[in-house]
Amino acid sequence: MSNVQNAVIGTVRTVLGWVPSQWLPGGTPDPLIERRAAIGQQASRLDGPAKVSGQARFAADVAMAGLSYATLVHSPITRGRITKLESGAAEAAPGVILVMTYHNMPRLGIVPMIGGTNLSAAGNSALPTMQGPDIWYNGQVVAMVLAETQEQADYAASLIEIDYREDSAKTSFENAKPDSRAPASVLFEKNHVSIGNAEQELNRAAFKVDNIYRTPGHNHNAIELHAVTVAWDGDTVLLHDATQAISATASAIAKLFNLKNEQVRVLSPLVGGGFGGKAFWDHQIIAVAAAKLAARPVRLILSRDSVYRMIGGRSPSEQRVAVGADAEGKFTSIIHTGYSIMPPYAACPEPYTLGTRAIYKSKSFEIIQRYLDLDIVPNTFMRAPGEAIGTFALENAVDELAHEMGLDPIELRLRNEPEKHPISGATFSQHATRQAYLDGAERFGWEQREARPGARRDGEWRIGMGCASGGFPYVRMPGVNIRIELRRDGSAKISCSAQEMGMGTATVQTQHAADRLGLPVEAISFELGDSALPVAPMAGGSSQTASLSGAVIAGAERLTIELLRLAGNDSPIAGLRAGEVQLAKEGIASLDDPSRYESFRSIMARASRDEVTVTASGSPPLEMFKFAMHSSSAIFCQLRVSDVTGEIRVDRMLGSFDCGTILNPKTAASQFKGGMIMGLGLALTEETLFDERSGRIMNASLADYHVPSHLDVPEIDVIWTGIPDPRSPLGARGIGEIGITGVAAAVANAVFNATGTRVRDLPITLDKVLSEIP
Amino acid sequence: MIPFTYTRASSADEAASMAIRTGHKLLGGGTNLVDLMRKNVELPSCLVDVTALSDSIKETQEGGVMIGAAARNSAVAAHPLVRTRYPMLSRAILAGASAQIRNMATVAGNLMQRTRCIYFNDVAGSRCNKRSPGSGCDAVGGFNRYHAIIGAAPACIATHPSDMCVALAALDARIHVYNKNATRIIPIVDFHGFPADRPDLETVLEAGDVITSIEIPVSPFAARSAYRKVRDRASYAFALVSVAAGVTMRERTIDDIRVAFGGIAPKPWRAFRVEMALRGGPATQEAFDDAVEAELARAVPLAGNAFKIGLTKRTLSAVLTELTGDAR
Amino acid sequence: MTIRINNNDVAPPDDARVSLLDLLREHLHLTGTKVGCNQGACGACTVLLDGDRVLSCLTLAVQADGHQVTTIEGLGSPEEPHPLQAAFIEHDGFQCGYCTPGQICAAVAMLREAASGMPSYVTVDLATEKTFLSLEEIRERMSGNLCRCGAHNGIVKAIQQVAKEQAA
Repeated sequence: MSNVQNAVIGTVRTVLGWVPSQWLPGGTPDPLIERRAAIGQQASRLDGPAKVSGQARFAADVAMAGLSYATLVHSPITRGRITKLESGAAEAAPGVILVMTYHNMPRLGIVPMIGGTNLSAAGNSALPTMQGPDIWYNGQVVAMVLAETQEQADYAASLIEIDYREDSAKTSFENAKPDSRAPASVLFEKNHVSIGNAEQELNRAAFKVDNIYRTPGHNHNAIELHAVTVAWDGDTVLLHDATQAISATASAIAKLFNLKNEQVRVLSPLVGGGFGGKAFWDHQIIAVAAAKLAARPVRLILSRDSVYRMIGGRSPSEQRVAVGADAEGKFTSIIHTGYSIMPPYAACPEPYTLGTRAIYKSKSFEIIQRYLDLDIVPNTFMRAPGEAIGTFALENAVDELAHEMGLDPIELRLRNEPEKHPISGATFSQHATRQAYLDGAERFGWEQREARPGARRDGEWRIGMGCASGGFPYVRMPGVNIRIELRRDGSAKISCSAQEMGMGTATVQTQHAADRLGLPVEAISFELGDSALPVAPMAGGSSQTASLSGAVIAGAERLTIELLRLAGNDSPIAGLRAGEVQLAKEGIASLDDPSRYESFRSIMARASRDEVTVTASGSPPLEMFKFAMHSSSAIFCQLRVSDVTGEIRVDRMLGSFDCGTILNPKTAASQFKGGMIMGLGLALTEETLFDERSGRIMNASLADYHVPSHLDVPEIDVIWTGIPDPRSPLGARGIGEIGITGVAAAVANAVFNATGTRVRDLPITLDKVLSEIP
Repeated sequence: MIPFTYTRASSADEAASMAIRTGHKLLGGGTNLVDLMRKNVELPSCLVDVTALSDSIKETQEGGVMIGAAARNSAVAAHPLVRTRYPMLSRAILAGASAQIRNMATVAGNLMQRTRCIYFNDVAGSRCNKRSPGSGCDAVGGFNRYHAIIGAAPACIATHPSDMCVALAALDARIHVYNKNATRIIPIVDFHGFPADRPDLETVLEAGDVITSIEIPVSPFAARSAYRKVRDRASYAFALVSVAAGVTMRERTIDDIRVAFGGIAPKPWRAFRVEMALRGGPATQEAFDDAVEAELARAVPLAGNAFKIGLTKRTLSAVLTELTGDAR
Repeated sequence: MTIRINNNDVAPPDDARVSLLDLLREHLHLTGTKVGCNQGACGACTVLLDGDRVLSCLTLAVQADGHQVTTIEGLGSPEEPHPLQAAFIEHDGFQCGYCTPGQICAAVAMLREAASGMPSYVTVDLATEKTFLSLEEIRERMSGNLCRCGAHNGIVKAIQQVAKEQAA
């Protein structure tokens, strides 16, 4: 990011400020908001029967003749250089086909990084992959062994002898602070926001809190391991990959291996969980190179240990949040600053302050993020990057302030609800946080909460309730292309290289397309997961559904024009223009006079067409620049803390969401709950143990990194306002990430309510609580 | 994994004759051994499957229970004799791992399981005296939340991970071991060793030894017994601290008591000092606290695990309060 | 001797290192059984061995010689699903679907265990022969199967529904 980029974005915003809203896409609300049929229905996942019966094929499930198996070797040192590399014993081991190191790895360049202006990029590291003897971080891949079986490859990998010269490494968070850097931008936002004099306002505030909050590193831990099955056929290569960036992976491979885009095909119809971790990393490059060198199909399934060592996670953070309020509880100062890790070769600036800019109004703001350069596996985006941990700090602080003031924490929040975006001043496209809070509080029974900490008990258990706000911005990506094929038999196929990681992409877009094209749901098929299909951007930023929906809208418009052309002059709809008709009841009808109608079948029969195919691209997402578009949530939590052991058991949670139209209540509820459960892990158990002495991750396993188990997860209630956003396709905003936001703070606030202990350091383990209980 | 051969032993004698050979290791459920082999912590050249040895669970003539070495953990936990006479054992087993692992794991294998120390498991990147004696210990100055506060040595602070063994320690279980036509009986408290200078030597078993059964003597105190496990995740996690305890009361006085701790020591920690302090005395909060003070006076806390001292005290006190509840 | 897998006889592998999981996936192309950690920490590889749930990643294939193995493919098909498979769809007990075969295999065995009176860590009275599958009981008994998408509520509801149907 650079000052130039800020300037460009700033300029675009200034210009757009003068554009009347109706000029913009979405200026007139999507008509489907009013006349939806399939949209909003409880629909079971289309891929359900295959998934529950073991028939669903993931990247590591693909059978291939002559398949060979790869294992990776990682550097156990953090900085330095390989001085000796002896692979003779490995090469001589039974079944070994190839040992690949920097000696024989093809010379390759570096892939474009995620998060820049290049939306077709998915790279997570600017470091070269096995191109030389230099070691940049502990866990870096230094060798690959390919063998006839996985067992042979694993064993041979243990026979490779490598000596290293160790150099001093930067591994201490604390020691790196003096050299921290504060770039001009954080993603597309200006990093440093200074409105008024926040320190001065804080000093003279009637009430204030000012604390440091710490969050550890986290790993995505999708249960599916990163895996790729690769086969070259002449000068084309096919990858069965587990990726949330299908097109970008294909173009990255093409660029690295000097191929044309048509020479690379990536298939990834199902991904076993992504959460930000499954974009482009070293393993795809290594597998493609190995398959080329060995002239054999290659399967590379990362071990769980390898996933931790070579796929970065969420950066740890140390955040200062200070909030000052006047006597009426109006915020006069919000300060949110801090440190996180981002080596220069990483892509993700863990933007924990972005949420703070949109959530409350305040007389003054001081916001800036500083980055530490440590020698670590490049950190990356993980579910709600920034907001997940930023809301922990901010919403803990707001709860502390409410306690300080003797105010109900919901009341304090509602007093500071912004009418417009607090920083930019832009109008909210739709914003009903207040309703989300009021609905949530009523349904949860918030009135049962005792304001005095430690007041409720049940045997050895202290009971507490807490709440917190969450939020996530709306994003619609440009550059989504789709193809619609409408057939004379009344069916339609929609194709796009989109991703399915459990969100129900095809299920929801099938519902959407049914309404958009005026067809029954059963008539629609949605094809995705293949880079040979029209290009879509990666699934990230909770953007895929809105982005795809925008493209389907564009496709339906194209289709309408094409059908009107085919209908010609001998049709009841002759003479009507695209804006004067709608697709409905398996045909085209005049908006003004629905009796003017002709079926698709009739139009296509008369034109002697078996199918009509159109391609289209979603409109540029200008609505994002004109309006402040944010989803918000109110998270409620009730838990017990053992007086004896300090153990915390969450008894129930409720998420009340304001995210626009909910397209499929069944899959949406699951996605919200899924986010909230990951938030529970963030709050209570999850922590990547980075040993600063060695620069090594020490709990690189699911046994030692505790994601929530069934017994940790209570019944979760999910509700939503369902108020459509008039500026987005279908009135919907993304829902994939907001679920996790606010949860850690709601838990921490409930722990405080139960015990009087304020834990500002995640995860909230029993020892941190116990130390305060007599 | 290094290449190895696999064979099955049909009797203790056959197993013993194979177990004595270099590189041979006995295989039960494999839930720990196979994992350690995949991590290159264990490098056997031959696995001798001993799951065909006795898995019977029977009442002894004295009224105790004899459990065959190959009995699965889940079978022991579910057995009516165990559930009614030794509830702490049943509960301890059910506290461990997951249902799948309990279905696989044998009781002999559980006795032999090795520490879950993250540095012990990290062959590529960490020093460990247990894996490689004399190489050093990276846990002492590292992440030691799950490590020992008592009975450890500077060379090794790893904990024994078993839940089942904690209950067995409280129950004075006797391990029947076969070797060269002879059977000997090892009390559980003597079965696991202290690290001292040789943390790689974890049990008193010698080459060729085969565990054939575990005997649990008649234990009147066990009918009123409990196992409580404290952990970071609600389930499917190792203990930070666990307590196995059984009590018999004579009116308001503790007549007999057994206490063992898990998660805080290199071996299942039988708390003899707690027992000595409480036996014959009143079941009061003060008595519990004094007793556990005596036991933990020798504790050597580290940066990451000092909280376990207080946690052990609180947990024991809560367990004993509950067990002696209606008599107090 | 052979391993009987979904009612087909299969020869054990020559290489003793091959896990039951690898045998299923790479030798027999029964890829419904998933690999999530290969170290007994996630439950994705759960299969039924002589009817009991076990982890196929920590089971050497040779250990299964002479035994019966049932995988997710052996429980039901998209056309004729097992009641639990149908209930998982009904209650949205999955998102990405990756841990799902393991969850379902574990649930099948768990219901059988509960019916036989097997207690769990959260069973209050261990002496009782009757197991009531409360939500807490189901959760504890299913805790060996991790899910990262967060489908826990749906999974537990699906199992509870089938448990009720079986009891009826």
